[in-house]
Amino acid sequence: MSDTVIEPAVEYPPVVFTQDKIGWTAWLQPLAEVELTDRHYEALVDKARAKSAYFALLVRDPDILEARTKTDNDIFYNTKDGLPRAERELAATAASRLNGCILCASVHSRFASQYSKREADVQKLLDEGVTADLGDRWNAIVAASVALSATPPAFSADHAKRLRDVGLSDEEISDVVHGAAFFNWANRLMLSIGEPTPAS
Amino acid sequence: MTDTIDVIDHLVGITPDTPADALRGRRPITREHAHKSWTALFEPVDASQASRVERFAVATFVAALHADQGIAEFYGNKLAGLENGAVVLATIKALAELNATKGPYGHYPDGPLSAENTDGLILKLGPADRAVLGDRLAAALEHAHLLTYRPRDASPAELQKLLSAGWSTTGTVTLSQLVSFLAFQIRVAAGLRVLAAA
Repeated sequence: MSDTVIEPAVEYPPVVFTQDKIGWTAWLQPLAEVELTDRHYEALVDKARAKSAYFALLVRDPDILEARTKTDNDIFYNTKDGLPRAERELAATAASRLNGCILCASVHSRFASQYSKREADVQKLLDEGVTADLGDRWNAIVAASVALSATPPAFSADHAKRLRDVGLSDEEISDVVHGAAFFNWANRLMLSIGEPTPAS
Repeated sequence: MTDTIDVIDHLVGITPDTPADALRGRRPITREHAHKSWTALFEPVDASQASRVERFAVATFVAALHADQGIAEFYGNKLAGLENGAVVLATIKALAELNATKGPYGHYPDGPLSAENTDGLILKLGPADRAVLGDRLAAALEHAHLLTYRPRDASPAELQKLLSAGWSTTGTVTLSQLVSFLAFQIRVAAGLRVLAAA
């Protein structure tokens, strides 16, 4: 009965990459809050996500949502060591810019700006694309993220060397790899089960 | 085997007490939940909305489209062990060889980004392949090709093709997670291989 596609007919959809707080609407029916069991809430990890159409749709398969969310949280929020949060968000933004996920790029470019205080450089990446000149260190991180995001992936020893040359340890390079790789998961999900809506 | 051995370690060939093992060991939560993601998708508690053959068939196809022969073989071997798997595997291998390309490409919503639109291969299976695979798996492979190479071309009409072929809403969510997870797993493996070789 719920197995129908939703065609939301969004007015004034976002058509450029932006750091604004835009929204998202689903193409398939999310679970309503009254349908959620304890297992669903556990899988949402953060209960507030029951209000999000994206997570309320993904929670239809709770096991993969829970494991995915815990992978995501560790890759981005576990900053007791390794690559600074700002540069993990830069890797996420670069992957999203390449793949074309306007919503993913908006969320993570905002985080990249917030943690780096380099809002103009982040905007340059959104406006000019993944070849924008952002200085040696960021250029190396973006180039590595983009190479890894190509299909097939083209990340090579040259990309790793370039990252070492701008001061990253192998532990930090691994954080770049995980940040960019994770957004190849996130971009495909977010692009394929719904679409962005304008800032309210 | 998959209960005790971490799948990404297995795919990359990471052995204990090597530098690559140390890199993974410093992020134990990521390692644990990347593996749990795998078991959620490939050792499902409930396979009613997406069968094991469908899961391993799509995974084999997606890995082959990423030109990762080792990972394609890993999923292909598991597919071959399932009922009717060997026949499906032969078709998938042939389809992947014919339809492998380079991504990402695709179209943006109409506007300034239209200048960045790029075209590429759109997979449409013929009647002979459909006869072997069935409507559900044929639709899943077409969608997996789209998601792998041109995710920004996704649309409600593309999801409708899955529903029309017999996929449920929940099954479509699982399929989307599976293809998207593979895009992650294959790239983590690719990155770790470079770091392990250094």
